Amino acid sequence: MLKIKDLHAGVEGNEILNGINLEVNPGEVHAIMGPNGSGKSTLASVIAGKEEFEVTQGIVLLNGEDLEDVSPEERAHKGVFMSFQYPVEIPGVTVTNFMKTAINESRKARGEKEMPANVMLKRIRQKSELLDIDRKFLSRSLNEGFSGGEKKRNEIFQMAMLEPKLAILDETDSGLDIDALRIVANGVNKLRGKDNAIIIITHYQRLLEYIVPDFVHVLNEGKIVKSGDKDLALQLDEKGYDWLKNEPVA
Amino acid sequence: MDLKEKLVSSFLAFENTIDVDHPVHDIRSEAIKTFENKGFPGRKEEAWKYTSLKQLQKTNFSIFPKEADALEYKDVKKYFLHEVDTYKIVFIDGIYSSYLSETTHDGVDICLLSAALTKPMYKPVVDVYFNTVAAKDDSLTSLNTAFSKEGAYIYIPKHKAPMKPVEILHFATGNEAALMLQPRNLIIVEENAELQVLERHQSLTANEVLTNSVTEIFAGKNANVDYYKVQNDMQGASLIDNTYIDQKGKSHVSVHTFAFGGKLTRNNLNFYQDGEYVDSTLKGVTILDEKQHVDHHTLVHHRQPNSESHQDYKGIFNDRATGVFNGKIIVDEIAQKTNAFQQNNNVLISDRATVNSKPQLEIFADDVKCSHGCTIGQLDREALFYLQTRGIPEKEAAALLMYAFANNVLESVRIPELKKRINKLIASKLEVKLGFDL
Repeated sequence: MLKIKDLHAGVEGNEILNGINLEVNPGEVHAIMGPNGSGKSTLASVIAGKEEFEVTQGIVLLNGEDLEDVSPEERAHKGVFMSFQYPVEIPGVTVTNFMKTAINESRKARGEKEMPANVMLKRIRQKSELLDIDRKFLSRSLNEGFSGGEKKRNEIFQMAMLEPKLAILDETDSGLDIDALRIVANGVNKLRGKDNAIIIITHYQRLLEYIVPDFVHVLNEGKIVKSGDKDLALQLDEKGYDWLKNEPVA
Repeated sequence: MDLKEKLVSSFLAFENTIDVDHPVHDIRSEAIKTFENKGFPGRKEEAWKYTSLKQLQKTNFSIFPKEADALEYKDVKKYFLHEVDTYKIVFIDGIYSSYLSETTHDGVDICLLSAALTKPMYKPVVDVYFNTVAAKDDSLTSLNTAFSKEGAYIYIPKHKAPMKPVEILHFATGNEAALMLQPRNLIIVEENAELQVLERHQSLTANEVLTNSVTEIFAGKNANVDYYKVQNDMQGASLIDNTYIDQKGKSHVSVHTFAFGGKLTRNNLNFYQDGEYVDSTLKGVTILDEKQHVDHHTLVHHRQPNSESHQDYKGIFNDRATGVFNGKIIVDEIAQKTNAFQQNNNVLISDRATVNSKPQLEIFADDVKCSHGCTIGQLDREALFYLQTRGIPEKEAAALLMYAFANNVLESVRIPELKKRINKLIASKLEVKLGFDL
């Protein structure tokens, strides 16, 4: 599904990603861990298509298609979704109206008709129940005055509504208390399927107790310095990141 | 003959149409002298640095409109807040239209200034209030005072509240190639009384219209007044709005100005706080394109302790539109514990649009909280990216963000139907095509 080959990227001449190689197949959950400043969020943003980051070398392929000149919205139409660490507040636009707009824009781009109102409402009801979201919440302005936990839950709600093929969760666990973390993780797990893939970007192993990854990669200084299975995350939790920093690339 | 000469020489003819023995006429006679001395303000004056009236002064405006054709309600319905029942004071080319209006004397007076200035029963009120808060040394206000004859007269006695909001509408039919209008409103809301007003000036053709309007509002103790100005006029229409508000203790007055177009708009909005625990709210949304120009000049004068003022003006400027925000706050030495907030945020969509934003704080008390901030910028890239990742194309995402930016100001609009209407106006101005039910 996603193939990243020797990816170098940066902003204003500062290279942040330093030769990333990663392959994600349908049905897989990958966790990317690493210390602050290792390039985790940059990697997420580059996959989602943020223009501030310039790709200087290498390639990102989605289902075999080079994403270089593909805009963020077109990537979304192709099934890429990114959950933001700091979601943006949009006063005057309710969660429901925002979702309607987003879904119908994607459908329009794919040459499909608008989703009928009753189907939309049914989906909104289903997915909000899945994430234990109150009906009143849906008529509030998007992210405006939301607590940190509400914002994150709303991100996963959007993911559930949009049903992406590839979801990237950027630090979704930060700012969540244990109950909120459980609800969010439960929501994500229900969205796992054999046709879609998830990349979880996190600093801590905590979230991975609830969403068990198939692969764990450790990012340091813009490179993946170690890859393994879920046990690698446990090791990192015990030992910290320092023991990996000096290890040669495997 | 330029406009000033024409106006001054027309004053004699104007005197033939009114009762010159009424005491109000002494006020008019004084005012025309002030205007004659001062003339139109020029750009050398600090307050008019960014707004030029030069072009308008060269236009040959008709000062006394002929009786206009009647308008059919169905043709102008869209300019009324027709979703809700209202009292209506409607003028066509400056002349009262009883056909389109709905006035009342049921416990409150919602009628005409021409009646108030001539009928003996109104004299006690007029004597106390007329031209007492409006500036006597301001040339354009004086010009309006000199020709004051017609406009809205609203008198809400103690503890009263009208059943419904009041709409003041001025239509210009285009019967004249260029028409100058000078409506004058006098609004008195006594102790514990309430009032909601919606004001709109609407030109119906591309012909030139210049409106120099003065409104005086008196809010008694504990009174509550909400005033909404909808400015979404044709490209030939210019408006100079001079609004003066006097507030007694514990009164709340809010003025919302929705400036969506017209050739030149100047809003002089002046609040004078004359009691403690007063709350003054000034909000504005400005969305302009082409060569439109809007200048917001606000003044809040804190003259007693323990009061508040809140100013929040947002502007979006496209094409070659120009905007001005000049916000003056004066806190007198006696006005301790004042809270004064002022915010002016602008987004420029085009490289050729300009905004001049200037806070002016004169604070003579030492125990006050005053804050002001102004920003002029482009849209937040991160926010744009967020919407794009949800599949919303860049152009639509930008429109959505601007919609959200402007919409923030609407929270304090207390007529839900008006709020909806303004929401839709903002969406259509910004070409936001959202599949949503506002």
